Amino acid sequence: MDLHSISDVVRPRGRDEIGPPRAGDALLGGGTWLFSEPQPHVRRLIDLGALRWPALEAGAHGLTIAATCTVAELYAFEAPPGWNAAPLIGECCRAFLASFKVWNTATVGGNLCLSLPAGPMISLCAALEGDCVIWTAEGGERRMPAVGFARGPQDPALAPGEVLRAIEIPVEALTRRFAFRRASLTPLGRSGVLLIGTRARDDDFALTITAATRRPVPLRFDEVPTRDALHHAVTSIPLSLYYDDLHGLPDWRRHMTVLFAEEIRAELAEGAP
Amino acid sequence: MSLITLTVNGRAQQAEPRPGQCLRTLLRELGWFGVKKGCDAGDCGACTVHLDGKPVHSCLVPAFRAEGSTITTIEGLADTVPGEGLHPMQQAFLDAQGFQCGFCTAGMVMTASTLDPAQKAELPRALKGNLCRCTGYSAIADAIAGRCSLDADADGAASGRSLPAPAGPDIVTGQARYTMDAAPVGDLAGLLHLKILRSPHPHARIRAIDSTRALAVPGVVAVLTHKDAPDALFSTARHHHHSDDVDDTRVLDEVVRFVGDRVAVVVAQSEAAAEAGCAAIAVDYQLLPAVFDPEAAMAPGAPVIHDKPATSRIADISRNIVAELHGHIGDVDQGFDAADLILERSYTSQRVQHAHLETHGAIGWRDTDGRLVIRSSTQTPFLTRDALCRLYGLPRDRVRVFAERVGGGFGGKQEMITEDIVALAVMKTGRPVKLEFTRTEQFAASTSRHPMTVRVKLGAKADGTLTAIEMEILSNTGAYGNHGGGVLFHGANECIALYRCANKKVDGHAVYTNTLPSGAFRGYGLSQTNFAVESAMDELARALDIDPFALRRRNVVVPDDPLISYDPHPHDVEYGSYGLDQCLDLVENAFADAVPGDPGPDWMVGRGMAAAMIDTIPPRGHTAESRLRLLADGTYQLSVGTAEFGNGTSTVHRQVAATALGTRAANIALSQSDTEHVRHDTGAYGSTGTVVAGQATQRAAQALAEMIRAAAASRLGVAPEACRLDGDAVVAGEQRLALSALAPEGLEAVGHASGSPRSIAFNVQGFEVAVHRRSGEIRILRSVHAADAGTVINPMQCRGQVQGGVAQAIGAALYERMIVDDTGAIANPSFRGYHIPSFADLPQTQVLFADTYDRVGPLGAKSMSESPYNPVAAALANAICEATGVRLTQTPFTADRLYRLLPDQK
Repeated sequence: MDLHSISDVVRPRGRDEIGPPRAGDALLGGGTWLFSEPQPHVRRLIDLGALRWPALEAGAHGLTIAATCTVAELYAFEAPPGWNAAPLIGECCRAFLASFKVWNTATVGGNLCLSLPAGPMISLCAALEGDCVIWTAEGGERRMPAVGFARGPQDPALAPGEVLRAIEIPVEALTRRFAFRRASLTPLGRSGVLLIGTRARDDDFALTITAATRRPVPLRFDEVPTRDALHHAVTSIPLSLYYDDLHGLPDWRRHMTVLFAEEIRAELAEGAP
Repeated sequence: MSLITLTVNGRAQQAEPRPGQCLRTLLRELGWFGVKKGCDAGDCGACTVHLDGKPVHSCLVPAFRAEGSTITTIEGLADTVPGEGLHPMQQAFLDAQGFQCGFCTAGMVMTASTLDPAQKAELPRALKGNLCRCTGYSAIADAIAGRCSLDADADGAASGRSLPAPAGPDIVTGQARYTMDAAPVGDLAGLLHLKILRSPHPHARIRAIDSTRALAVPGVVAVLTHKDAPDALFSTARHHHHSDDVDDTRVLDEVVRFVGDRVAVVVAQSEAAAEAGCAAIAVDYQLLPAVFDPEAAMAPGAPVIHDKPATSRIADISRNIVAELHGHIGDVDQGFDAADLILERSYTSQRVQHAHLETHGAIGWRDTDGRLVIRSSTQTPFLTRDALCRLYGLPRDRVRVFAERVGGGFGGKQEMITEDIVALAVMKTGRPVKLEFTRTEQFAASTSRHPMTVRVKLGAKADGTLTAIEMEILSNTGAYGNHGGGVLFHGANECIALYRCANKKVDGHAVYTNTLPSGAFRGYGLSQTNFAVESAMDELARALDIDPFALRRRNVVVPDDPLISYDPHPHDVEYGSYGLDQCLDLVENAFADAVPGDPGPDWMVGRGMAAAMIDTIPPRGHTAESRLRLLADGTYQLSVGTAEFGNGTSTVHRQVAATALGTRAANIALSQSDTEHVRHDTGAYGSTGTVVAGQATQRAAQALAEMIRAAAASRLGVAPEACRLDGDAVVAGEQRLALSALAPEGLEAVGHASGSPRSIAFNVQGFEVAVHRRSGEIRILRSVHAADAGTVINPMQCRGQVQGGVAQAIGAALYERMIVDDTGAIANPSFRGYHIPSFADLPQTQVLFADTYDRVGPLGAKSMSESPYNPVAAALANAICEATGVRLTQTPFTADRLYRLLPDQK
């Protein structure tokens, strides 16, 4: 939609052209959320697209996803052999409520910075133990685990003037086995519950709960837990941490989380080395 | 910003995008009106274009990013493939008639044209980003699969054939014009934009409004407040008799009664200036106590929402009762005494939105003669014209109201919620003025279905024979009483009249609350009451261990039974035809012939059904006029008053006229929905486009055929009875006289229909569902709908109406819910929060028609556009109960509420 309050657009071609932050600034990734709601407080758009960051860089270290990488670019990524967890990229892209057309403009970084519980790029980056690379307002750089980046609905861990530059997914995570479960109140609708389990050869077990909860909840075990141990861990999550909106009542989200956690445990326990 | 260059449909164009402008608006400003504004938020896909070859939602793309890009819109799609004519996907949508109102079609075609075979094989996912509110997606699936649904046109035999909608070629090419598809040139030069400042409070008195700062905003031309508005009270509801509704509304009032109510309006040279003007108005409110619950609103001590004079016709001002209803036949107490089993339960239907893809909007101006002209997205141009005349004291010949093609209505546009304020702004400024509702306004400040709680009590003998029926309705009409009474009375009627029972009693109240006004909505009260009655009938069947079809057969009315709900007074409804027996058989047999689905051990499977009856025409008058003229080339010009909003009546009118005139539908040119063309048409509501307006057209056509035969007879020297119309000529024995030869005689006929007597139509819905034992997920495995529409004049279109009605009702039964928050505001005013069915959410509904001929309707036809909606919620609830044993009494049925009730969770 037309955002009538915006009076200025900055299209920096380099970091030095971004300039100091001002009240009313909004960073423009794909614009698919910014332009989908009235933004009466936004005065200026800073178009990150003009920075022309390479979308994806795959190497021995793993995968670096630029914040401005579109969902379509990520979806089209062809992973090298051995990256067992790479199909999670497709699963998480398909978990978007938005259609494939929106993928052509929506960005991975935009999804993280929107920081909604159902954001599937948050699920992906958190489950694959990604690191967020953040440009600080002072011109430096800091890093933090993606699992902690979305602190709550529309509350990303970004200070004024900070820019999410990229998400680095380590190769160790990409080579893990995985299991994926998702539930929505409507067929192909917005995720009400999204759980991803991963497991390395050396027997550890990681479960990342998203969509159901206000922020990602990681559960990490040195070995595949028993049914009871996992049940205890999941049911220890307070009900108040479960998200309450029209995409699912909290008690249903918890119920489904418990069910899915056990399904994932059972699936990943099979074929253990 | 600076000038950019882009290539649109092969043409280099220059534009100066505004900083926050989206590509959709830029393209429309460049004249590409095929790019539609549906949701304005990236959810509906009506604005889909190809940007450098990729499909995108142009409402989400910043316009400045289009610099140097190549864009294809629906208008240029055909040029992207070699050869003349349409793009294959445009042709496919024509062949399958994959549209009704057509507002979503451009986006649908633009998306479908990019799909690869894998995506076409997975349409539920591929079409996630394209919402259609009319079709239920079946015809869209047909189009993409390349199926053709059309029959050939033929002289004198148009009725009964699946002929295409006349607007089809314009719709698939983006040439069809809707209300907002008008450039600010000619009459509209200097077009101003109107924005409404809406109340943040559910109930308040305006002490003062300071417009000083708003008037200082560059581009603001005028600020209008209640001091500028007439004192007159009116109702936004449009009915044949304007006194059917309570007069409780002012164009701008000093009291606001819901969050979203009009406070003031700003008229400005741009939408941005009008918006900034609204933000700059200072309002001093005196807050008043508010009430959101209809029960609480009736209680002593509740805040009085409308302190109005008796001339407003409000039933009980002190208890906030807009209208009430009390009636009975026989003696229900005796009836319950005689019963072997009594069942009693309350059922609640939620607030849902029409969600037509084209929002409300109107453009007004003065024509060269100084006459007020309103171009509006309305189902009732004539009634709106009359209402404007009453409101502003204007004679009828000084106001013209017309509708271009309307992008969906579903009852929502049987309301005057834009035209009154646009007219005021035109009169105050002397300039053309446009008001287009945002999608948020559509949800938060237009109208909705009436939320209702309906208590039903049934008494029956052990063999299932009903001994007493009692119903009590509590309807929440919101802040204004538009349609409050009508919906209450209609809702109380056919769902009870359907059953033969000596003892019936109905009580009902329509009550004001400080919430969004409810209004006319497909089914007009019956969807809510049918859910209650048909659920209760199912409970009765289960309690008595009688098959639900058998229970209906034992109790439904059959010809010669009186058609009575709560009121024994004489009426004009008759058995023009009767196909309920066939409908019950058709659904039952369709189930009997099908092996139940088996989705696996995690799922519980069940089947359910519900029946519905509807009077074919609203009561107390619904009139139409049609004019038909023979043209110089031997074809015809037909003018009708009724509007086209996807109901398909344009096609039907041509078929009716062509059949009477012995020609083909293609030879009938149609103009419609303009107060200039005919004297009166009550409007396209109450499913009357075929049965009333079509009746007028049939009479006009019969009269013109007579005139042509008489004229030809005198030319040929034969008796008129010897003359027969045959395509473009009159035939008498061996002689053949071209119609064009008769054209100079200026042959023209007028037909009228009064909407009385009325007949009855029937619908029976059956569902097979699966419910997941642990998650509560509900899946529809099978959907069968039998309809008694009398003669089906256009089978493809009528099937589409049924599929679309079932689809919309599945939305209300499973997904849709307008949430009113603690402050009385609508908390989910967007398609992202309010989920209307997408392709993935719907089953393919099998539609079966009863074979009947109605002696009341034109060519034996009956109405069939609202009624398919009505039995859906109960049929689903009944199927879920059969599968799980859980009786759901509140729509929508969702997994997060159902799971904990399931046997496995106990």
